[in-house]
Amino acid sequence: SEEEECEHQAESSSHSSDRTTIIAIAFEGGVVIGSDSRVSAGASVVNRVMNKLSPLHDKIYCALSGSAADAQTMAEIVNYQLDVHSIEVGEDPLVRSAATLVKNISYKYKEELSAHLIVAGWDRRAGGQVYVTLDGLLARQPFAIGGSGSSYIYGFVDAEYRQGMTKKDCQEFVVNALALAMNRDGSSGGVAYFVTIDKDGTDEKCILGNKLPTFFDE
Amino acid sequence: MLKCFTDNRFNTHGQRLTVHFDSPNLYGAVPEVSPAKGDPSSAHRPINTTTIMAVEFDGGVVIGADSRTTTGAYIANRVTDKLTKVHERIFCCRSGSAADTQAIAEAVSYQLGFHSIELDEPPLVQTAANLFKQMCYRYREELMAGIIVAGWDKRKGGQVYTVPMGGMLVRQPVSVGGSGSSYIYGFIDSNYKTGMTKEECLRFTADALALAMERDGSSGGVVRLAAITEAGLERSVILGNQLPSFSA
Repeated sequence: SEEEECEHQAESSSHSSDRTTIIAIAFEGGVVIGSDSRVSAGASVVNRVMNKLSPLHDKIYCALSGSAADAQTMAEIVNYQLDVHSIEVGEDPLVRSAATLVKNISYKYKEELSAHLIVAGWDRRAGGQVYVTLDGLLARQPFAIGGSGSSYIYGFVDAEYRQGMTKKDCQEFVVNALALAMNRDGSSGGVAYFVTIDKDGTDEKCILGNKLPTFFDE
Repeated sequence: MLKCFTDNRFNTHGQRLTVHFDSPNLYGAVPEVSPAKGDPSSAHRPINTTTIMAVEFDGGVVIGADSRTTTGAYIANRVTDKLTKVHERIFCCRSGSAADTQAIAEAVSYQLGFHSIELDEPPLVQTAANLFKQMCYRYREELMAGIIVAGWDKRKGGQVYTVPMGGMLVRQPVSVGGSGSSYIYGFIDSNYKTGMTKEECLRFTADALALAMERDGSSGGVVRLAAITEAGLERSVILGNQLPSFSA
């Protein structure tokens, strides 16, 4: 029928989640990684509840931005490679290993792919870590932001970040940053997902739109 | 009323001139055709890709700007003053093409001076803002100008009006503009509160501009601030090494 055809067409058009906001921050003993939930194709919101935080291993997650197809495929491939690697070494993989695998794909296929993954997690050797793999580079940072919505929160994160933040501070930081970006960026919105990873485990949370922090003009 | 005479003269670039006689001054000749996009000569016109900001408080306004003017990758002026007086208690913050905004500010400054003499009273900020808007909207295709108008008048106190590219006009308690403004929307949204004092507004503006200058390659130099109240105008400059710094 006509309706089905229209839906099919919408799904097959490019889903870009370059139009997104992703953020990750490390604290002593773990990381918090967060994203919005909007996938838009032009002016249409194709998925308003997409979780852009993808597990690469038990205690290593990545946040997807850029072309949704490219990013999801990269995450799946690295997930597989990490499984094999962790069996071979007989223990949980390092976050740096996961980030290096992502970087290798990003760099080798940099002309064909357009996806930017932020890798964050906890391991026994170096605790909480955040890595950026934009354009095929690999860099560890205390925190990282990405996606179209990130432009609007550079000032906020620069001003608010301090060393030695606790887990709760980091969670608030992530939720506030996402809420601010979602308010200003038309391509980010929906709900805020965030995952807290530390030595005790992985805790996934979702904050609905009406429970997000509000600011002076709302 | 717009009276439009097409003059058969051409300007030095070979473009046909259309002379508009709707404003009480001789400034009105604009080229009918704007330079084509990708025109190499237009890439190196001086522009203020910049960060500008204005905040209202009870009793006045605080305005601020960075100080960089670029022509291509060269910084033509690293100590530009983008805060331009259009009347005793009314200023504008200029972003976009340096030539366009200077010309618009001069024209509005003339019109306001004339209007104030006719009225025998200082003009309203809303009047100044509307004059900017009229010019920016009428010549929207030819101009590249993003302007924030701010000042004090005795009817409504401190007011900030923003006239972005395209020529819309809206009053806001706090407004930012220029290329560096994208980076500080989050900071402004989270840190602005109503009922701030003049000192708090100055600190808030300086912090926001410093953050934007750190992230935006097209903004930099010094921070110029001005506070406009009934009592008058206070200007200040924060040099590069005295800028607030943030741990990241």
